[in-house]
Amino acid sequence: MEAPLIELRSVSKYFGKVIALKDVSFDVRAGEVHCLLGDNGAGKSTLIKILSAVHTPDAGEIFISGKATHFSSPKVALDNGIATVYQDLALVPLMSIARNFFLGREPVKGVGPFKQLDIGLANETAYRELKDMGIEIRDPEQPVGTLSGGERQCLAIARAIHFGAKVLILDEPTSALGVHQASVVLKLIVQSKARGIGVIFISHNVHHAYVVGDRFTILKRGRSMGTHKNTEISRDELLHLMAGGKELVDLESEIARLKTAKAGT
Amino acid sequence: MTAGVRDERVRSVSLLGQLLSRPELGAAAGTVLVFVFFAVTAGGSGLFSAKGIINFLEVSAQLGILAAPVALLMIAGEFDLSVGSMIGFAGIAIAIPTIVWGWPLWLAVVFAFLVCGFIGYLNGLIVVRTGLPSFIVTLGSLFMLRGLTLGIMRGVTGRTQASGIHEYAKDDILTPLFAGQVLKTPIAWLADIGVVGKRADGLPMISGIPMSIIWWIALTLFCTWLLTRTRFGNWIFASGGEANAARNLGVPVARTKIMLFVFTAMAAALFASIQVLVTGSADTLRGNLKEFEAIIAVVIGGTLLTGGYGSAIGAMFGALIFGVVQMGIFYTGIDTDWFKLFMGAMMVTAVLFNSYVRNRAMRSR
Repeated sequence: MEAPLIELRSVSKYFGKVIALKDVSFDVRAGEVHCLLGDNGAGKSTLIKILSAVHTPDAGEIFISGKATHFSSPKVALDNGIATVYQDLALVPLMSIARNFFLGREPVKGVGPFKQLDIGLANETAYRELKDMGIEIRDPEQPVGTLSGGERQCLAIARAIHFGAKVLILDEPTSALGVHQASVVLKLIVQSKARGIGVIFISHNVHHAYVVGDRFTILKRGRSMGTHKNTEISRDELLHLMAGGKELVDLESEIARLKTAKAGT
Repeated sequence: MTAGVRDERVRSVSLLGQLLSRPELGAAAGTVLVFVFFAVTAGGSGLFSAKGIINFLEVSAQLGILAAPVALLMIAGEFDLSVGSMIGFAGIAIAIPTIVWGWPLWLAVVFAFLVCGFIGYLNGLIVVRTGLPSFIVTLGSLFMLRGLTLGIMRGVTGRTQASGIHEYAKDDILTPLFAGQVLKTPIAWLADIGVVGKRADGLPMISGIPMSIIWWIALTLFCTWLLTRTRFGNWIFASGGEANAARNLGVPVARTKIMLFVFTAMAAALFASIQVLVTGSADTLRGNLKEFEAIIAVVIGGTLLTGGYGSAIGAMFGALIFGVVQMGIFYTGIDTDWFKLFMGAMMVTAVLFNSYVRNRAMRSR
């Protein structure tokens, strides 16, 4: 079997006295969606930042396609095809879709001091790439500010893929979206997977994750609660694991007690 | 964009609707309004004679030379309040080497450009390194430069003004470039056929188009090209629109801003070079309030104070309105004291109109 695109082995990260991550192992293979689930403060953000080389782990190893690697900066990770789409999406609302698509990597034509933007190429490429991924935009010259939240998310993802992402790290891509908008993004995740991209999908919404995920890793208080294949675990079991089994049972009994107490008065 | 990739959901928007999403619209409409107003009130006074036109175009040109680079800087999300003081400073940076040190004039002009560019670089460096608002940093430079100008000038020459630079400029190679006139032959011909009026002595009312007007147009065209057709222009919009996003995508935001501060400072040096060579004098008080006039022209031209949106063509219209109103009030015989009231009110109106246009542009079309 082919080596994972990126693999973390027993990674730990400390911030002073705080243990942000302890002995976490995680990997993603080409053409799969690996969901990273966890509540707030579980260590998801720290894990993303290690994957995208913003942080270096204090212990443990990172392998890229089977080779032990040490990335010095997010730029190097990006050059190796590990692209992260953060929640702020890195989009400029007042600029056009095409200009956002190519921001920082603009196509130019002409020579010497007369080099200028190839706006025709930018418009056509942005339009085609988005269309290929099933996102119909009206006009590549309309400002990004006129797009819906889901469309913006898709634009950011399409941009990462166009510029050579092999591993796509998506930080809560559906959390701020309505049902329809979220489904558009989920479809795009499946599309990316079909293109052979390894997708790391960070979420606290089990319902969204379960629809697209091949494997699920649950983080809790900085530790991994294990990785499960979608054929081996049901949605309810996943929900149960994530909410923390016993805690949820305790919560239920407490609520039941409160209800009876109230009924008694 | 080619017609082939147009989506069928793009409805054809009315021409007015399309125009309304352009930043220049307000200023273009304002220009028409101002022209109509003065055509009615000052039509017979000579405001629209060849001489009158050149007069208001020269006023507009001087401001427009500042406004175009200031527009780019404001689109990148920064202010430069030091351009006015920079004009005074550049003036003495030309006058002192020429008169006191005996440098050839052209060398003094080059020197002024370099020193101003360097001060602009420092402005930009302080802004991007400290993260302080450029409003505060360049407000500091506004006062420091004025003080420096006065101190140096009085220290070196004992006076605050220098005149007689015409003597040195007479045979200088740069004089035709900054203080010359072009299109003399066509204008003489236009006078012969009666399009351009003649003076009592039989010479045309105007002998040519002053170079300042050519600089204004050329600079505006250059800034428009830079802004809308180059990578650098894309970075200007992104730096002002969402600096963090731009930085994350590898746009050199700090470098872009610093270069624009250098550019506005150089524009102040250009302004001063033209003024010194045309008038033959330098004065430590020159350029007073020009920083705000430039901002007014840029804002009337549709550029957002918050950055990320605007145009250099708009700034050209803003400067044109400024010139027409200033000279128009003079020709109409209205007390010129009212000029500043008018310009201030015009700017506030423009800002209201622009925020309406911006909201429209951001709405789903």
